[in-house]
Amino acid sequence: MRYAWYPGCVSQGGCPELYASMVKVCSALGIELEELKGAACTGAGVLTERNPELADTLNARTFALAEQVGAPVLTNCSTCQGVMSQANAKLKADPKYLARVNQHLAPEGLEYKGTTEVRHLLWALVEDYGLDNFKAKVQRPLTGLKAAPFYGCYILRPTKVLGLDEKPARSRYLEMLIAACGADPVDYDGKFKCCGFPILTLNEKNSVNMVGTHTLDAKAHGAHCLVTPCPLCHLNLDGFQPKAAGLKGQQINMPILHLPQLLGLALGLSAKELRLNHHIMSTKAVMEMVNA
Amino acid sequence: MQVTYRIKRFDPEVDKTPRFQDFTLQVGENDSVLDGMIKIREEQDGSLALRCSCRAAICGSCAMRVNGEPRLMCKTRIRDAAPEGLVKVEPMGNLPVVKDLVVDMGPFWQKVRAVKPWLEPPAAKPEREYLAPNEAMREVVGVVACIMCGACVSDCTVWEVDPNFLGPAALAKAYRFVADPRNTDNDERLKSLTEYTGIWDCTHCFYCVQACPKDVAPMERILALRREAIKHGYTDHNGVRHSDSFAQSVKDSGSLNEGRLAVETQGYLNLPALIGLAPVGLRALKAGKMPSPLHHKRPGASQVKRIFNELEKEEKTT
Repeated sequence: MRYAWYPGCVSQGGCPELYASMVKVCSALGIELEELKGAACTGAGVLTERNPELADTLNARTFALAEQVGAPVLTNCSTCQGVMSQANAKLKADPKYLARVNQHLAPEGLEYKGTTEVRHLLWALVEDYGLDNFKAKVQRPLTGLKAAPFYGCYILRPTKVLGLDEKPARSRYLEMLIAACGADPVDYDGKFKCCGFPILTLNEKNSVNMVGTHTLDAKAHGAHCLVTPCPLCHLNLDGFQPKAAGLKGQQINMPILHLPQLLGLALGLSAKELRLNHHIMSTKAVMEMVNA
Repeated sequence: MQVTYRIKRFDPEVDKTPRFQDFTLQVGENDSVLDGMIKIREEQDGSLALRCSCRAAICGSCAMRVNGEPRLMCKTRIRDAAPEGLVKVEPMGNLPVVKDLVVDMGPFWQKVRAVKPWLEPPAAKPEREYLAPNEAMREVVGVVACIMCGACVSDCTVWEVDPNFLGPAALAKAYRFVADPRNTDNDERLKSLTEYTGIWDCTHCFYCVQACPKDVAPMERILALRREAIKHGYTDHNGVRHSDSFAQSVKDSGSLNEGRLAVETQGYLNLPALIGLAPVGLRALKAGKMPSPLHHKRPGASQVKRIFNELEKEEKTT
């Protein structure tokens, strides 16, 4: 299996542990990553809000680079997945628009032909790799670990664009992968909700309140950790958990794992390789529980 | 077909907490979830409280959570909602429950009233009727489709943590008037919408887009209001600085510079806010995950800059 890997800005910025764990996990699974080093930011919804055609053009450029690699785009970020899915749907549905966007790619000889598929690691593992094949690679079953899924808005909604209308099981893939790792998925109200990151600098109180609400909700349902396929959710749920604990007036201490970190633990990788010590909220309790 | 309805019941005069009650009944293959609810009320339990009226997705009375998601019950077929013979019905979220499935719509209407949901025509009496351009009305018609059912508010993730938020329905309604060429007071409206509880408090979660049974896409209207507010000069807001800094850093380097974004959003002269960032920065530094202050350009950054320049120029000319 070979993908045109789009690591996204955050795994190369505030969450380097995601970049490292993604590389290690894909290597352990035999997934070949051809990194799209020249691809630009998706715009994370912010550029789409300012200038939709600009954001669509930057994403079309990424899709054209993937066509040159001859493989689907693989992301490790719910937000990148959502923004790219929306741009791709628009470009594929309207040949006139695609032609107009391509005019802006032409000076460097690039053209998006409309053939690229964008797949998050979460989808690729279930739909391309196969859960049984993944289970066959598990060396350290995470028995006894209760892990609460936290999807991130952009990989769920709108369901029409994210493919959930045709594949409703995509809203259960995290639970399926948690179970494939040998851990127990925790069901709670917050799993599909917003982490609050987009309004962190606009209304910090509301944003941090969301962090507190969902982490405490997961804790009340017995979770030992949260697992997320979205590094932006990670930044808020992990980095602003101390503030959330202050706002809620109680200890939370909820480790927030990136999806590849959970998978890597099950694949037998070390905590150091997965950079589990590079979190704001300590992951020590999880490491001890699974003997990593 | 036989179906079991699992209905959330709550009678404040009897119950301390809500409870679920199952009702099993025969329904027709093409019946709506609402048809079954009415049958339960008529044949099994007359005390079941629910709101409904038109049964044709026009009045907006019967919005409830069906299998956890806000839906008009009259527009949802049982065979789709209960493929395995079980459907769960609960009252809408974010609004106080009066009894069973009936919620108090008071807070909803209060927000709609707060955005002045009416046209403010020019003071001088016009000589003849106003002929609105087709293009402008096409933009407005999408929002006029709103039937005020409250489904978007039910699942709004900001309202959940802050009931002061004006919410998706009221903000979409505000856009309906801002986008109407006959309206004259957009400056005042946009000014007040830029304040706390308004357009910059939306968190972009898409729940309202997903929930709306009439495809109003309230979140898209909120984003359109943000663009309008900026056009009208309401730019002294973290939201605007955040957007500007984000765009500039991608334009300069091809990727997002997180450190620069954090500082520029607050403003270089906003010392209290910058000092407030310090604990977060120190924690990140300690964990070894502070983004490097030396932000490198991505390969192809010059292409990205050219694309920015071209499209920003096009936007200005249109």
